[in-house]
Amino acid sequence: MRYLVSVITDTGALATPDEDAAIDVFNDRLQADGHWVFAGGLAAPSSATVIDGRGEEPIFTDGPFVESKEYLAGFWIMEARDLDVALRLAAEGSKACNRKVEVRPFL
Amino acid sequence: MNVADVQEAITQAHRGEWARVVASLAKRFGDLDIAEDAAAEAFATAVERWPAEGVPPNPGAWLTTTANRKAIDRIRRENKRDDKHKEAQLLHDDDPPEPLGAIDDERLRLIFTCCHPALAMETRVALTLRMVAGLTVPEIARAFLAQETAVGQRITRAKAKITAARIPYRVPSAEDLPARVSGVLAVLFLVFNEGYLATGPGTDPVRHDLTAEAIRLTRLIRALLPQDGEVAGLLALMLLTESRRTTRVSASGELVPLGEQDRGAWNPALIGEGHRLVRERLAAAAAGVAPGRYQILAAISAVHTSARDVRDTDWSQVVALYDQLVRLDPSPIVALNRAIAVAELDGPEVALAAIGRLEHRLAGYHPYHAARADLLRRLGRSQQSRAAYDKAIELAGNTAETAYLTRRRDQLG
Repeated sequence: MRYLVSVITDTGALATPDEDAAIDVFNDRLQADGHWVFAGGLAAPSSATVIDGRGEEPIFTDGPFVESKEYLAGFWIMEARDLDVALRLAAEGSKACNRKVEVRPFL
Repeated sequence: MNVADVQEAITQAHRGEWARVVASLAKRFGDLDIAEDAAAEAFATAVERWPAEGVPPNPGAWLTTTANRKAIDRIRRENKRDDKHKEAQLLHDDDPPEPLGAIDDERLRLIFTCCHPALAMETRVALTLRMVAGLTVPEIARAFLAQETAVGQRITRAKAKITAARIPYRVPSAEDLPARVSGVLAVLFLVFNEGYLATGPGTDPVRHDLTAEAIRLTRLIRALLPQDGEVAGLLALMLLTESRRTTRVSASGELVPLGEQDRGAWNPALIGEGHRLVRERLAAAAAGVAPGRYQILAAISAVHTSARDVRDTDWSQVVALYDQLVRLDPSPIVALNRAIAVAELDGPEVALAAIGRLEHRLAGYHPYHAARADLLRRLGRSQQSRAAYDKAIELAGNTAETAYLTRRRDQLG
C-alpha cells in the first residue's frame, strides 16, 4: 500500500541546515526499512504554471491553481502495510522536516 | 413461548451478540459494510421467524450462521465486480496470528478500529455506537440531536476511509496500546457524559440509554483488558455516577446537587461494585502503580458515595485527590472542581479567591458561573450572585440544570 505524505508549510522559508540533516537521516531509515518510494522538495508556488491542454491550443497561466496561505513544500511517497505504519512514519517525517504533514492513500 | 418472551429473547440477543456477530463477520469477510448489513439482516430475520419457529437453543450461533449466509449472498450478488476492486475493499490484518489470549477477542479489534485516531471524535462515537453497541442510525441521531442523514453519512464516510486508507483491523501493538486504549476510553466517557448531562431543549435531562450503553461497553473492555488500571477506573467512575442517577433530577425536573440528594435512594449494588474497583486500584497504587485521571476521579466519587450524610464527607480527602489530579491535568476545569471542594474545607471566601484566578479561561463555561454564584450567595453578596446566576443560566444547555439555577437565583434576597 502506498501513501502520499505531503509537507505543508506557511512560512515560505526553506529548510534550515539542521532540518535538512534530520530529513537525510529519516530518508536513510526509510530506505533501510523498505518504506522509501520517492521524495522531493518543491520550489515556491509562485514558480508554478497551470496548463489547460483540453482545448485545441494549450493555455498557460502563471501561478499556482489555488492561492492559499498554506501550500505544499514537498512530499514523500511511502510504502507501508497499513495506516498505523503510515501514521507512525509520517509523525517521524513531520518531526524531521519540522512541518505539518498530511497522509493520503493512493487508490 | 409467548410474544413478550420472544421479544425479550431478541432484545437479549441483540444486547449480547450484536458486537460479536459484526466482529466475526468483519474478520471473516474483511469488510465492515458487509458485516454491518449482514448482522442487521440476521436480526431482522430473527424478528420475523422466532415468534413462529421459537427461539433457537443457541441464539448467538443461529445469528452468526444466518448473518454469514446473508453476507455470502451479498458477495455472490456483487461478484460481477472485478477481483482487484474487491481485494482493495478488504480490511487488513497482516500480522502473524498472535497466540490466543484474553486480548485476542474479535470485538476488541472492532472497538479499536472504530476508535481509530485517524477518525474525527464525533465519527468514532457514531461508529462505535453503531458497530459495537448496535444502536441504529435514528437512535444515534436522536441521542446527539443530529440529523439522521448526517449521522448516516458520517458512518458511511468512515467505513469508506477505513477501507481506502487501510485502517487496520487489529489490536494495536504493545507500544501503541496505552495511547489507543485511552482513545477508546475517551469515546466511552463522552458517550456516558452526554447521557448523564444531556444538552438541548426538550431533551430528557438524563439519557439512561446512553449511560447504560457506555457502562456496558466499558464492562466489555474491562473483561477484555482486566489488567488496565484506567479501564477499571473509568468503569468505577461510571458505576458510582450512575448509582446516583435517580436522585439527580427531582420530580419537577430540577437538578438536585450532590449535597441535597436522597442518599438512601442511591443504588447500593452499583456503589458496591464501584467501591470494589476503586479498592483494587488503591491496592495497585499502594504497590507503586501511579493512578491515571479516571482512577482519581473514581476515588473522589468513592469518597462521596461512602458518606451516609453529606456532613460526613471527608473533604480533606477530596481536596487531596484533586491535588493529585491537578498535577496530572493542570486544566482550569480541574482547578474549578478543586476550588468547589476547598469551599467545604476552608470556606467560600478562600474558594472564591481561587475561582477568581480562572475567570479569563472559563468565562464561557457555565459551571464556572454556577460555582461562583453559589459561593457569592453563601457569602451574602446577593447582587453579584444574581449576576453570576444570570450568566450561568444563559450558558447552561441542560433543562434540569437551568431549572435549578433559576430557582436558586429567584430565592436570592
